[in-house]
Formats: sequence, C-alpha cells, structure tokens
Amino acid sequence: MSATSEATSQVPLTVALLGNPNTGKSTLFNALSGMRALTGNYPGCTVEKKIGSFKVGQRKISLVDLPGTYSLAPRSLDEMVAVNVLLGRQSDSPPPDLVLCIVDASNLERHLYLVSQVLDLGHPTILALNMVDVARDRGVTINLAELSKRLGIPVIPLAAHRGEGVAPLREALVADPVRPPHRPLFPAAFEVEQTQLADWLANNGAGAFPAYLVARLLLDVGGYLEQHVSGVDPAALSKTLAAARGRLAEAGCKVPAIEARVRYAWIKTLLDGVVTRPVSRPITRSDRFDRILTHRVFGLALFALLMLVVFTAIYRWAGPLMDLCETGQGLVSELVTARTSPGPLRSLLVDGVIGGVGGVLIFLPQIVILFLFIAILEDCGYMARAAFLMDKLMTKVGLSGKSFLPLMSSFACAIPGVMATRVIENRRDRFTTILVAPLMSCSARQPVYALLIGAFVPAATIAGGWLDVQSLTLFGMTCLGAVVAIPIAWLFKATLFRGETPPFVMELPPYKWPSPRLVFSRVYASAKAFVVRAGTLIFATSILVWAAGYFPEDHTRENQLATQLETLGDQLAEPLARREALEAEASEIESRGIAPNESVAAELKSVRAELDDLAQTDLLAYDDLVTQRNQLAAALLERSYLGRMGHAIEPLVKPLGWDWKIGVGVMASFPAREVIVATLGTIYSLGGEVDAGDAGLQQALKESTWPDGRPVFSLPVALSIMVFFALCAQCASTLMVIKRETNSWFWPAFTFVYMTVLAYAAAWLTNQLATRWLA
Amino acid sequence: MPTLDQLPRGARARIVDVTGDDGLSMRLLEMGVVEGEEIECLGAAPLGDPLEFFLRGYRLSLRIAEARRVVIDS
Ligand SMILES: Nc1nc2c(ncn2[C@@H]2O[C@H](COP(=O)(O)OP(=O)(O)O)[C@@H](O)[C@H]2O)c(=O)[nH]1
Ligand SMILES: [Mg+2]
Repeated sequence: MSATSEATSQVPLTVALLGNPNTGKSTLFNALSGMRALTGNYPGCTVEKKIGSFKVGQRKISLVDLPGTYSLAPRSLDEMVAVNVLLGRQSDSPPPDLVLCIVDASNLERHLYLVSQVLDLGHPTILALNMVDVARDRGVTINLAELSKRLGIPVIPLAAHRGEGVAPLREALVADPVRPPHRPLFPAAFEVEQTQLADWLANNGAGAFPAYLVARLLLDVGGYLEQHVSGVDPAALSKTLAAARGRLAEAGCKVPAIEARVRYAWIKTLLDGVVTRPVSRPITRSDRFDRILTHRVFGLALFALLMLVVFTAIYRWAGPLMDLCETGQGLVSELVTARTSPGPLRSLLVDGVIGGVGGVLIFLPQIVILFLFIAILEDCGYMARAAFLMDKLMTKVGLSGKSFLPLMSSFACAIPGVMATRVIENRRDRFTTILVAPLMSCSARQPVYALLIGAFVPAATIAGGWLDVQSLTLFGMTCLGAVVAIPIAWLFKATLFRGETPPFVMELPPYKWPSPRLVFSRVYASAKAFVVRAGTLIFATSILVWAAGYFPEDHTRENQLATQLETLGDQLAEPLARREALEAEASEIESRGIAPNESVAAELKSVRAELDDLAQTDLLAYDDLVTQRNQLAAALLERSYLGRMGHAIEPLVKPLGWDWKIGVGVMASFPAREVIVATLGTIYSLGGEVDAGDAGLQQALKESTWPDGRPVFSLPVALSIMVFFALCAQCASTLMVIKRETNSWFWPAFTFVYMTVLAYAAAWLTNQLATRWLA
Repeated sequence: MPTLDQLPRGARARIVDVTGDDGLSMRLLEMGVVEGEEIECLGAAPLGDPLEFFLRGYRLSLRIAEARRVVIDS
C-alpha cells in the first residue's frame, strides 16, 4: 500500500479556527488550506459552514472556520452554533480535536478575552499570535516563551498576510496535543453555584451537560441557552437561575459583570511583564486619516462621493458587461436556432435553457462590482466608519448604520443588495434590511416606467417650464419604494423582530491598505455562492415559466410558419438588409435634433418613402407572414397555462382597472419584471422582440379596448400598473437569493406575500384616486 | 454619577460600573468596558451620534444611549 492511500484512508484531524473579527482569520484559513473550501449553511440558521482540507506530511487535517466573534456567550441560535461545534454538540460537524485560536498581537488584551473562554472548554488549544508585524511597528513587545509558559499552550507568532509563521504553525498542528491546565478563574462562591446547578440539571432531565454550558447558564442573563435546554422545564430553570444569581450577587459576584471582571483581571496578570507597550498613545497615520474621514463636513462629503461612485459603478459600469452577457446569449441562441428546426426542443433550449442561464449570468457584473467595493472598503477599515457616519440617520428608520450600503445598492439591484447584508451581524437588523431591500427601485423597473410614461403621461411642463411631468413621474416612481420602506421597516421591527434594540457597540479598526488577495477571494466566493446556490434555483424558475407559457397548446402551425419565414428570410436577405440599413438611417436622422430643418425633413421623407416601397413590393409577403406568426403567437400565449391564469385572475385585477392582457403580462413578469415588455409585445401581436421605447407597442397599448369598446389604458391605469411594479416582488432571483441568505423558505415566501399584497393595495388605491382626480 | 456620554472630547475617565444586565451590558463588558479601566473620548460622528472612544489600545464606537449605561468617575 502506498503512503498516499494510507493517508487518504485515515480519519482527518479536525481543527476549529476561532478568533475576533478582523484578526486575519480568513487570511490564515486561506494560507493553510488554499482557496479550496467546502461551504454551506448550518441547518436552521444563517451561519456559513466553511471547511478546508489540507495535509501536513501525511496527516490529513480538516479546518473548520467559525464566524468571527468577540465572545462565546451565545444570545441567538446563530451564536450558539459556534459553541456547539466547539463542544462537539453540532451533529453535522465532527467534534474538534484541536482549537486554533487566532489573536491580534497588537491588541492582545481584548483578544485574550475570547481565549480565556476557549481555554475553559478544556480542548487542546494553540494560540496563533497574528499581526506581530503591526505590534512591532507600534512598539509593542511580547515575551512569547513566557506567554506560552503562563498559558500552558503553544503560542505561534504569525504575519499571516505574508505567510510568515505558517510553516511552524502547520507543524504545531500535528505535534502532540497540549491541553491547557485547569485554572480556577471564578471565585469559590461561583464554583459552588456551578456545581449545584449542574446537579440540579442532572436531576431535572438535562442529562450530561458540559461544564462550560453550566457556567454559561449562570452568566448569560436572557441568553439563548436559558430557553433551550432540552428536557428541562424553562420556567423551573429560570427560577433556579434567578435564585442562584441572587445568591451570587450577595456574595459579591454580580452577574453578568463578574465574568468580564475575572477574565480581564486574569488577562492583566497574564500579560504583566510579558507585554510592554509605549506609554502614550502614538498619533498614527490612521488617526490623521480618520480625522478627515469622520470630519463634520469633509467626512460626510467624502462619504456621499464614495457612495455615488459605488452606485454609479453598479448602475452604469455593469451596463456594458451586462450587454456583453446579452450579446453572448444572443449569439448562442442564434447558433442553436441555426442548428435546430422550429419545435419544442428549440423553444426549450433558446427560451428556457439559454434564457435561464443568461438570467443568472446577467446579475454577475453587478454582484462582482458591488462585492469588489465592499471587500475593499471593509478591508481598508472604512466600512465600520460608513456605519459610524450613517447610524444616526438609519436609526430614525429603525435600522442601523450598517444597513445603508445594502439598501443603497438595492437601488441598482436587490440581489447584490441582499447579499451585502452579510456585513450586518445582528440578525434582526439584517433580516429587516433583507425584507425591505426589494422595495428599492431597481434598474429592472426602468423599462416598465419608460414604456408606460412614454405612452400615457403627457409630455407637459409645469412650474414655468422648469419641471416636466414625465420626469417627475419617473422620479416619484423611483422614490416610492424607499418611502414606503420606512414605515414597513418600522412595522417589521415592531412586530416580527421585536426585542431589545440591537447594540451598535462596534470596534473601529485602524485604516490600512486592502489586501488584493483577500479582496479577490471574497469577490470570487460571493460570485460562486450566487451562481452555485442561487443560480440553480433561478434557472429552474425560468424553465418553469417557459413551460407555463409554452404548454399545453399545439405549436405545429407556429413551427411551420417559422420554417417558412426562415426560408423566405434567406431568399430575401438583400431587401431585408436594405430595410435594416434604412431604418437605422431614419432613426439616426430623427435623433439629430428637435428642430429639423427642411433638408433634414426631405432626407427623412425620402428614406421613409423607400421603406414604404420595400414594404409594398419585395417584402410584402414576408411582412404578411410575420404578422400571421405574431398573431398566432399571441393566440398561443393566450391559451397557454400562463394565459389561462391571466384570464382566471381577471376578476382579481379588474378593480385595479386592468384587463386580462395586463394580467398575463404581470403574471409572466413575476419571475423577472423586465419581461413585461416582451410579454406585452407578444400579447399585442407585435412579437417578443420589442423594447420599451417601441412606438408600435405604445400605440398598441393606446388602442387596446375592453370588449365594449372603452379603452383599457388611461393615465390612472398606467399609474396603477407602475405603482404595482414599484412595490411588487416580481423577481424570482431576489426571492431565491433571500432563500439562500436566510437559509429558509419562509422568508422568501413572506417577502413575496407581503410585497404582492402591498402592491395590490397600493395599485388599487392609485387607480381610485387617479380616476377621481386625474381622469 | 456622570456617565460616559458626558465625557468631553479628549478627556479621560475611569469606568466605575456598567448598569443593566441585558445584551447591551454584556456586549459592553465583553468589549472590555469593565470597572477600573481608563477610557478616553475621541469625538462624535458628524451627525452627533454615535461617539468614539479609546480603551485597551483600540477604538470603540458607542451610541449615546449606549454610553449612558457606563458610569464613570469624573
Ligand atoms: N499587517 C498584517 N496584516 C494582516 C495580517 N494578517 C492579516 N492581515 C490583514 O488583515 C486584514 C483582515 O484579515 P482577514 O483575514 O479578513 O480577517 P478576519 O476578519 O479575521 O477574517 C486583511 O487585510 C489582511 O491582509 C498580519 O499578520 N499582519
Ligand atoms: Mg474573515
């Protein structure tokens, strides 16, 4: 048997990696295990499970990355996961053989708080003393040998970003494990209560309970554990705990202050004579930066500028990349179309599969750009300042400063916005932000507004020609979601996520240059997570919607027409190309300006004449066939499952002033709101290739009538549709990302329901009010 | 007794107590806001809230309402 196969058969050594946020935990994780990591979620919570594997010599090691935390005192299920993993109580994660605790050497005092809790667990532990370079620069010296001796565990100095110290650390991982010596930290009175509580738990159905958790029960007033000891009556436990805490207070060990007091006292003794630091706080470059970046005027101005850049980047720079996606999609579609004959297979491939893949990839540019900014801002230390600057404003809305960037990004697209809420550690703030993020007016709503405003809002100006009504309407629609989000966020905070205000208490890390590798790895990880874990769901949805619009009708005739059109198109390639060129010329002439002079008008007229001529002669038969196909496509869509649903919901949408065609359009655009334009194009027999500015489509909408001849569309109806689109959750991709980020189907379902109800009510109200006052 | 939100910019004080026993107090304690420790006020955010402090070699930001929980000596 070879050495490698022996190694692969052996059980890997499980190492849990733990540390405060911003310690270099991710850097160390990557340095040890490369970028290959398995990721997923722990069941029932939003904590990301990340496991890397590597080998030291022949020893296989599996490295479990735990979320960055200041303390092991769980107040929520998410925080409990780390404790459960460490104690081997998490069923889907093997108990750790070793804990690797990483701390910041330049800020040892606070970081050792977590270490002191970890040592209480009694596992073999290694202390990774990271950022020794920073400590050296700040004039902090540490006697490593003495520190290791006093702690009773190995201490390995590291500069993880340069890979320094990683080799000795790898060796230390496979050396004989060293368990920390028992150190009685707490006063005797506490130990007595702890023993009594352990007995009480054993006698009251809790079974064997780890000593660390018994201590946690005593120390964490209102903590997560108090309500979640299986087999024990919570009321009885609360009473027992209250009594024990009362006795402790009398003995001078007031909970919860006692824990911090004894641990920090222990740290003081531990570090006494081990660490020396300069007496006075030196003014660093970071401090000078900070003075400007949090300045009353410049700070806010720079922040505004920065946000403008981020927003512009997502909104505009992503554009060319998204166009590239679309062009690629178009090319592949053409390729497939050329190689298949018209029929269900082609339709599935082009409209279902390629459309579905395109529908996933189209979001990537925005996600990559936003996460690039987030990774850079976070790594250079600005992210915490952004929250610091915006907190007062956001607390007025019931959120916190950290919600600002995710919400602002949602104005471009809710998908990267929802993913960006990961920077908010507090679950209630994070979930509220996720739930209102889809209300922000994303760029996919623009085509709907453009179409309807172009067709139905008068191009008049008010206020002496300073404001035009169309732009005002567009502005109003863009703001509507954000304005509605304020009371909604407040409502969610007061009902669904009730409880004490989440603490802001935040470390402001020093500024530094971002690490390109770390930035890259974060961007890569989020893009991958989106494609793999949300993309598949988005793809499946596209296939489903394609099927609903295609079946159960017989498409034989349509396929025949398509074949005929293709043959005819080949024969008429020349006049068709000529028409395309003429149309381009005409629109170029039209776009030249508002005041056409005579020669321009003449030019346009001659182009138009030639176009008409073409349509009357060479292309007559062809256009006829196109019309036939479009009418057939409209009829097929009407009789498809989707069309039938549109008809079925007509009574429901009538109060909004809509007919079944709008109903179908809205139904079809639940997966992706921008689809409405193409769907309306198909329903109105214009084919699916129209765009929002299409004069033909705007005309068709204006001419659309009820069976009794009244026009369907009016200003109130157009407004009610726009309001509906502004508030409705018509984006399967967002819902799938919410599913992934909350790790639950409940929250996307809830988002869908609340937004649809809200949109319906608001659309109804709009129609009522507008009919009364505007029509 | 004065509380931390009253500490003027640039001034230092010693922490006397953290009141309450909810999640906020626990968070403050974990972050090292513990009786006997020295803390310095570095300033406030442009909109006046939150505040910025220096203790145990790092910078900590607290809302005014949170700083009010921390009793100081002067
Ligand atoms: N100077 C210095 N910077 C480091 C060291 N280790 C990590 N960093 C940087 O510290 C920042 C935070 O690191 P990261 O791994 O994201 O920390 P995490 O929040 O604990 O995962 C990154 O910019 C790293 O490049 C180190 O030993 N010395
Ligand atoms: Mg990290």
